[in-house]
Amino acid sequence: MSDAGNASAAPTPALVYADNNATTRVAPEVLEEMLPYLTDYYGNPSSMYGFAERVGHKIVEARERVAALIGAHPDEIVFTSCGTEGDNTALRSALASYPNRTAVVTTKVEHPAVKNAAEKMAKEGRRVTFLPVDRQGGLDLDQVADALTEDVAVISVMWANNETGTVFPIERIGVMAAEAGVMFHTDAVQAAGKVPIDLGATPIDMLTISGHKVHAPKGVGALYVRRGTRFAPFIVGGHQERGRRGGTENVAGIVALGKACELAQLHLAEENERVRLLRDRLERDLLARIPGTLINGNPENRLPNTTSLSFEYVEGESILLMLNEHGICASSGSACTSGSLEPSHVLRAMGVPFTAAHGSIRFSLGVYNSEPEIDLIIEKLPPIIARLRELSPYWTPETAAACLRASADAS
Amino acid sequence: MWDYTDKVKDRFLNPRNVGEVEDPDGVGEVGSLACGDALRLTFKLDDEGRIAEARFKTFGCGSAIASASALTEMMTGMTLEEAETITNQDIADYLGGLPKEKMHCSVMGREALEDAIAHYRGEESPRTEGTVVCECFGVTDLEIERAVRENDLHTVEEVTNYTKAGGGCERCHEQIEEIIREVRGEEQPPAAAPAPKRLTNIEKIRLIEDTLEREIRPSLRMDGGDIELIDVDGNRVIVRLQGTCSGCKSAEITLRDYVQARLRELVAPELSVEEV
Repeated sequence: MSDAGNASAAPTPALVYADNNATTRVAPEVLEEMLPYLTDYYGNPSSMYGFAERVGHKIVEARERVAALIGAHPDEIVFTSCGTEGDNTALRSALASYPNRTAVVTTKVEHPAVKNAAEKMAKEGRRVTFLPVDRQGGLDLDQVADALTEDVAVISVMWANNETGTVFPIERIGVMAAEAGVMFHTDAVQAAGKVPIDLGATPIDMLTISGHKVHAPKGVGALYVRRGTRFAPFIVGGHQERGRRGGTENVAGIVALGKACELAQLHLAEENERVRLLRDRLERDLLARIPGTLINGNPENRLPNTTSLSFEYVEGESILLMLNEHGICASSGSACTSGSLEPSHVLRAMGVPFTAAHGSIRFSLGVYNSEPEIDLIIEKLPPIIARLRELSPYWTPETAAACLRASADAS
Repeated sequence: MWDYTDKVKDRFLNPRNVGEVEDPDGVGEVGSLACGDALRLTFKLDDEGRIAEARFKTFGCGSAIASASALTEMMTGMTLEEAETITNQDIADYLGGLPKEKMHCSVMGREALEDAIAHYRGEESPRTEGTVVCECFGVTDLEIERAVRENDLHTVEEVTNYTKAGGGCERCHEQIEEIIREVRGEEQPPAAAPAPKRLTNIEKIRLIEDTLEREIRPSLRMDGGDIELIDVDGNRVIVRLQGTCSGCKSAEITLRDYVQARLRELVAPELSVEEV
């Protein structure tokens, strides 16, 4: 897509990838580690010869590396094909394991892997509670407590939101779930590698991670299942993963995920220091240069790499297409980019006004981003917003003055 | 990423005729901030009654901006009678086509044009007539009928692509289907589609039993429950919930939203399910 959108013969600009919550590049170290398992060491780890044993040992190592990142025991890790499989497995497993409890509790801002699975359960006749969030995307813990009734089998709350980066009080929700005897699952796909996770000290029954969000390739993930947790497999087949997930192992993917988790642990400090500073500077400078800009989410309690900004009176897809002209990759919660006609369910659940929801842009950075890339975004975005506002029938002298006043008050 | 033609990209990056005509003869406005796109069209006529100048302002995505640019380019130099004949498909064709999900951008262009011409003539906007069917995007039955007729639409999804109607809460989907049936009914004699065969009582009971066994029991059993068919009285299906289902707080919801919904879908739409 790097040359798309270039109607003129301008040279293709260098890529500035600022969409790491969507997916990440495979780290060179990860690729190097996994490649031999696609070429030389192709044995099936279940086979009974030395050629396959080597593969089996490598999976053991990968399991240890994944467990180390999240403070778990290796036998608590079940390899999956993706985050969506992990989320679906967790919800279905909890319901199958506790037949006397039939209800589900989750939030209105989950990733579709949880949200749509829960909506399907509601259609099947289950009682599903979708907890609302406040203007900053946070939960009311009293409402969480009220929702944990006797008939609830599982509560699923994401560790951090993919669109706004808002981090949820996972430890407190875990304690509340444990007191109510309710299984607690968290989708930690966005949190892994960005915030410290220690399952030895946090009461979580099941936790999902995804490979391609942490610089492993697409097509691999892991589900943590705490020792002693009742479990029912989602994919039934061979005895792989100790009977918890059938199907011949995606060996190269698993090896990659192991290496990626090892790197993520090494990079955790950098994510929270250097990447956070890049994010903060990007956000601060854009807010200062573009009037009528709002932050979506909780600025005090966010992933270090994510900023979701709304530019009033312009539409997100237009912004992305113009950023694309400069090789800048980001995301939008606008209706047009999603293929649906309504802005993102997360921004709607937060009550972001329509003047702002359609013009939301998410930048999500990573360890491969550099200062000059941030400079480029800060240079290119303000004239794009100004240009689109010139085109917008809602950008009048009155709205412009109101935006300037609001910006002056905020700074 | 959308598959936009080079012409769409060009008219998005370098739109023609942006702004407002000074002292316009006609002004058309469609869309809203809530809907996610909006278009304000102004034009001025010359002494011979031709459109001397047309300008636009658009809030919206790439194809909305490109469609508005295309419209102003096409209408300039035309008489109002000529401009009136521009269809949404003409706008899309001018751009070398639009992704099907984006056809509503071309419809917005045509609507703004009609609105502006009506304004010049001192008439009511044609879009104020009709009854709102889609409340999320404020689309009327007349607009949907017209889109179905002019663009030969067959499904709710197509109607959503062209008018946005039904793209929000989805509550109006049945009404949209009804409109599609009515419009298409004008063209085809009703005999073309055979009416569903009426079930005898015996057939109905068998089908209900079969559906309970195949579709409903397995998922109830997964939760430790079960269901027993007690009687079928006309369209009333009387059942008893068993196991963990009996006395379950969500039993009523299970019966209505699941058991009844599946039976209506798979047996007959007029069935109602009751517990003894």
